[in-house]
Amino acid sequence: MSLAEKYPQEVQQILSKYPPHGKRSALMPLLFIAQRDEGYISKAAMQDIAALLDITETEVAGVVGFYTLYHEEKEGKYRIQVCTDLPCALRGAEGFMGDLCDHLKIKAGETTEDGLVTVEAVMCLAACDRAPMFQLQGPDAIEYHEHMTVEKTMELIGELKQSEG
Amino acid sequence: MTHVLLRHREIPDIGKLSVYQNNGGLAAFKNAVTKMKPGEVIDVVKNSGLRGRGGAGFPTGMKWSFADAKSWPHYMVANADESEPGTFKDREVMENNPFQFLEGVMIGSYAVGANIAYIYLRGEFWQIAESLDRKIAELEAEGYLGDKIFGTDYSLRIYTHLGAGAYICGEETALLESLEGRRGQPRVRPPFPPSEGLYGKPTIINNVETFTNVPMIMANGAEWYKSIGTADAPGVKIFSLSGRVRKPGNYELPFGTTFRDLIYKYGGGVQDSRSVRAIMPAGASSSLILVDDDSILDTPMDYLEVRKLKSELGSASVIIIDDTVSMDWLINKTVHFFRHESCGKCTPCREGTFWMSHLTERIHTGQAVKADVDLLLNVAKQMQGKCLCALGEFSTMAVVSSLERFREDFDKAVQA
Repeated sequence: MSLAEKYPQEVQQILSKYPPHGKRSALMPLLFIAQRDEGYISKAAMQDIAALLDITETEVAGVVGFYTLYHEEKEGKYRIQVCTDLPCALRGAEGFMGDLCDHLKIKAGETTEDGLVTVEAVMCLAACDRAPMFQLQGPDAIEYHEHMTVEKTMELIGELKQSEG
Repeated sequence: MTHVLLRHREIPDIGKLSVYQNNGGLAAFKNAVTKMKPGEVIDVVKNSGLRGRGGAGFPTGMKWSFADAKSWPHYMVANADESEPGTFKDREVMENNPFQFLEGVMIGSYAVGANIAYIYLRGEFWQIAESLDRKIAELEAEGYLGDKIFGTDYSLRIYTHLGAGAYICGEETALLESLEGRRGQPRVRPPFPPSEGLYGKPTIINNVETFTNVPMIMANGAEWYKSIGTADAPGVKIFSLSGRVRKPGNYELPFGTTFRDLIYKYGGGVQDSRSVRAIMPAGASSSLILVDDDSILDTPMDYLEVRKLKSELGSASVIIIDDTVSMDWLINKTVHFFRHESCGKCTPCREGTFWMSHLTERIHTGQAVKADVDLLLNVAKQMQGKCLCALGEFSTMAVVSSLERFREDFDKAVQA
């Protein structure tokens, strides 16, 4: 089933933001819907969106590959994306990242055994005064978690586990 | 002094429409649309001396006057991509004083004759975009946005648009590419956006903080605004203070405030009472200011004075580096950032950041010889002046300045 059939209202609302000749502007918002739907952006979703916007599948794939918040592979359901850029690193972000990975028994970029959480190092998230911090990218939303410790993060992961049943 | 931009610090509920209105909000927009010609609005902003807060410091009123009157429609775009390492000011404004920002977009849109404005937010600001959508809906419901506003012929709609993680989209032509549904790669200029921007039409792009100044300027007048700050840079600036200070955060202060006041009076001083070794006043894109003489801290922060220290004020994301930090580690960080964020369109930046990152990694991990340090400087200097946009140039700033001003750190790393 195509996105337009599955979420007609939402797709229509997105398209209405842009002039008819600027239809392609809807590409990025539609990719977010596709990712919400499947947890990543599948080849089928790219074909579907390409047809909807009258552009080629290659053009869609080019955009998916360019931006870091789009994922072409299914990994952890949630992504803990820790900022380890310069200002956060000056305030202990690298130590936090290392400790968190040790605690979860994974390396940066890996996913926990239960498939729930992937931990990644990312670039500046505009929260330099509240390091260590990360964003939690889930299927429906991106949330900021600031002034973090490993204990607080483990609690959060515990809550995610519970909510997954 | 009470805040001009971070007004939520005195009026905590200013994010509610009724509270914003009770504090004079939206009167400036109504006055502009019902009583002023667009050109008159531009004149007030020109006279105020307001300069763009995204980093370049271009005079805002002048930019608005460049919108090509022979080509229509016009678009207004707010740059809310805030991605420079060390910058976190626009976020605080949009989260806490959103209506003042939106009113600035509305006044600007009227001034340049735009009936559609887009707010381009970095994808990570998902929650902010959702909140802004609700505020925009409230403004529509109250008749501030939509068709024939206040019974005039002026119509305006504002839409949010999320990016998806790419520093380069803060560069205005890359932002437009992204808004058009393409990879965020800068365009060759000229033409500049005020003549050919979004969908090939005249487009004015301003930073969130720039817009947020506008309602206050319209309400209190250009003379009032000019009475704050310096002749070079009138008004207030939000300084994002980070790095090794006790109280990092946003501080709204008049231009011309000294580094010393920012660090010690507001930022609580350096962590562990150590001393300031270097300052990056414009985030990761800075040339490092060498603080070898205490009097450097008395430099007033505006565009002109910071340039005298062979650096740039940029977006005023002030990162404090103390004497525990080694510069080979620091530039390894900044260079990896730029390598990751290089869009790949132009060769000097794509290849230059790649090779610089290999060299800085080698130097930082103690595997380099002296020739590697010279080669790093050589690569950085070859990039300068040859990149398609400022990102490539920015990637060389910390490298060249640290090699010139903190050479001993690299010599040590090579010997070790």
